[in-house]
Amino acid sequence: MDEKEVEVKAPEPEAQAGPAYPDDKPKENLIPVFIYGKRFFVPESFTIITAMEYVGFQFKKAIGCREGFCGACATIYRLEGDYKLRTGLACQTVVEPNMYLVQIPFTPAVKAVYDISKLKPELASIQRYYPEVFRCVACNSCTKACPQEIEVMDYIQEIKRGNLAKAADLSFDCIMCGLCAVRCPAEMVQYNIALLARRLTGRYLLPRSAHLAERLAEQKEGRYEKEIEKLKGLSREELTKRYTERDLDFKVF
Amino acid sequence: MSGYPEYMQVSLEKVKATRPARLEKAKAGREVVKRMSLAEREEVLSGFHPDYQPDARKPIRIGHNKGEEMTSRVVDLLESYPSINPGDFDLSEPDFDTDVLIIGAGGGGCMAAIQVANAGLNSVLATKLRVGDSNSMMSQGGMQAAVNPHDNPAIHYLDAIGGGHFDNKPELVEALTMDGPMIAGYLEELGVMWDKDSEGICNTESGGGTSRRRMLSCRDYTGAEIQRVLRDEVKNHPDKITIVEYSPAVELLLDEAGEAAGALLYNMETEEYTVVRARSVIMSTGGFGRLHIKGFATTNHYGATADGLVMAYHAGAKLLYMDSVQFHPTGAVYPEQILGFLITEKVRGLGGQPVNKEGELFVFPLEPRDVEAASFIRESTKRGMGVKTPAGRVGVWLDSPLIDLLSGPGTIQTTLPAMVRQFKRFGIDITQEPMLVYPTLHYQNGGIEINTDTRTTLAGLFAAGEVSGGVHGRNRLMGNSVLDYNVFGRRAGKAAAERAKALAGREAKLSLDHVRAFRKELEDTGIPETSHAPILIPEYRNPEVLKKHRKNYDPFIGQFL
Repeated sequence: MDEKEVEVKAPEPEAQAGPAYPDDKPKENLIPVFIYGKRFFVPESFTIITAMEYVGFQFKKAIGCREGFCGACATIYRLEGDYKLRTGLACQTVVEPNMYLVQIPFTPAVKAVYDISKLKPELASIQRYYPEVFRCVACNSCTKACPQEIEVMDYIQEIKRGNLAKAADLSFDCIMCGLCAVRCPAEMVQYNIALLARRLTGRYLLPRSAHLAERLAEQKEGRYEKEIEKLKGLSREELTKRYTERDLDFKVF
Repeated sequence: MSGYPEYMQVSLEKVKATRPARLEKAKAGREVVKRMSLAEREEVLSGFHPDYQPDARKPIRIGHNKGEEMTSRVVDLLESYPSINPGDFDLSEPDFDTDVLIIGAGGGGCMAAIQVANAGLNSVLATKLRVGDSNSMMSQGGMQAAVNPHDNPAIHYLDAIGGGHFDNKPELVEALTMDGPMIAGYLEELGVMWDKDSEGICNTESGGGTSRRRMLSCRDYTGAEIQRVLRDEVKNHPDKITIVEYSPAVELLLDEAGEAAGALLYNMETEEYTVVRARSVIMSTGGFGRLHIKGFATTNHYGATADGLVMAYHAGAKLLYMDSVQFHPTGAVYPEQILGFLITEKVRGLGGQPVNKEGELFVFPLEPRDVEAASFIRESTKRGMGVKTPAGRVGVWLDSPLIDLLSGPGTIQTTLPAMVRQFKRFGIDITQEPMLVYPTLHYQNGGIEINTDTRTTLAGLFAAGEVSGGVHGRNRLMGNSVLDYNVFGRRAGKAAAERAKALAGREAKLSLDHVRAFRKELEDTGIPETSHAPILIPEYRNPEVLKKHRKNYDPFIGQFL
């Protein structure tokens, strides 16, 4: 675009709402968003990540899977005229007009160091490493902040009651983005506490599979080695035949 | 209320209308549609799979694989000039001296680091973004392991090698399938919560190309669950594992004998290069999805730019099957915001069916991935039976509501919470309406050639996970990559530790001569210096903005570069 042309263009009514930014160029179907306080115009259907790339940001942090699984792009924002501080994943949140946003690429968080094989699946284990769990004032800020809609406060309560398995279940979809910990007035790091609860549950509380134990015992005795050795020795033609003729069995165990 | 535009409603009604009959068939347990013969598979693959298009491959002109056909984009990358000038670096005083350097902290790298620590050795775990930020974190559906009585490792072997079109290295398939049950138990010991019944029996589901239900799962957060446990375990060894984040490696360093002995790391924030010296090096950088081969959207992590492949090739490691790309059949094609988003194969494993705009089931839902993907492309293009999106893309329906009808209300919510959540964010309820899908770039089938100890053809260099080649032949089955990075990450950690122990006390003299030699080979071959590699992150900035950049001038230091 010709630079001169931009300079003489009258500001759009929307652009008058905030301070004047001479480098702003209102265009059709673009909406204003404030990225780290500075206003940009971005396409209305874009996510925060794609909108930031649209205006020229190149991510070297606060970015990851771009699909809502890794928790790297935690973001907090406000909408103009609304006191509420909102949270979301930048890759999953569509921009809104006059959104004021900041990315939180890292949460200052305590991660306890432990040997999982030496712990017992009980409240005392969690209390030992994360005593602050009892500081919870049940304000529910964590739950409100969670972009996964996890009942964070509920699982913390379950942990306090010693119900680690229940807490593991409730927290299971956690992607560890850190937004709960950022909002917590009791200064807990909920997601690390939940991770310890889940590891204790997975290792000690869930029943072990008898079938898996049998399979491992079988293999210890060398079962299937000969069969695979035979398969490895087959010619491509023979192997193709075996493959095509293999039986399909979709019984449920 | 429908989450789809008005004009799609006619087609959605047709899907609804054919659903009862399709449900009936699925309930009866018969094959809902006939599986393809090997000849039919070949026909759809050669006609419609992107790998089989005339411009998909070309021979590489340099390096150890010279003359071999590879995916064109990969050839362009491997024929790019190195991004550093070897003369710029003083390698005589390394910033880190360690036993094992692990490049890439996804599932394979983390698993390896834990083994090295358990062997009592030190490691540097260097990674481009954060520990755990990787494709491993994103896998949804499950991990194959023959743990139940109706199944065994030999059956798993046959499924994997057939799925790979019999090109897999047999001994690697053997390692993969035989280690499977052990890995399932090992992860359980670390605290991974497998989906199980009240007796502890692991749930198993079908995947494309499997002849048994073999997919262990952790809801549809399987990768996330395993990866966050491995990451936590890595962080439980701060005395042994030095984590270096936001610092991808850009070149390997070799010793006097030409063996791998470290790497040059680049701190993306401070722009500083650091030298790591090690007695073994493990490459676990993952795949190449972010290269957007043939313009396809991808399911891959932001960091998946084939950097490990490039570094290994510069250093002289041999690659295998770099002519083969995996397109996942079911990437989201609507809404536009989640284009390419992975929709787990578990949707079809649980009974979801692919149907065209007329509501017809046009392919067996669980053919191997390449065959299924090629069928979707055929249906959408040549047959004209796809559904167009407002952005001008095309896709077919993946009928998810069938799952609840087959297995009871609530099944989708409890077994596919991530899928439900993703689509709900954009106003679509997948328990009531299907998803619109099209194949998306998913996996690097080939990679650095390894043996069962994950040794590459370059002494001192080990490779594990997606960056390696040979395990999956030319087509990987669902759930075998999660197993792959666990099995071979573990083997890599053990083998690399063993080598480092044997070389204890040795302080190699580091060199970048191989980079000089690579540059010379490029020049001698007459390849012009138009691009550089490795590339570290994909370029998604608006080209209109980039046009306004001033090239070769740094205003902060007031100098031309």
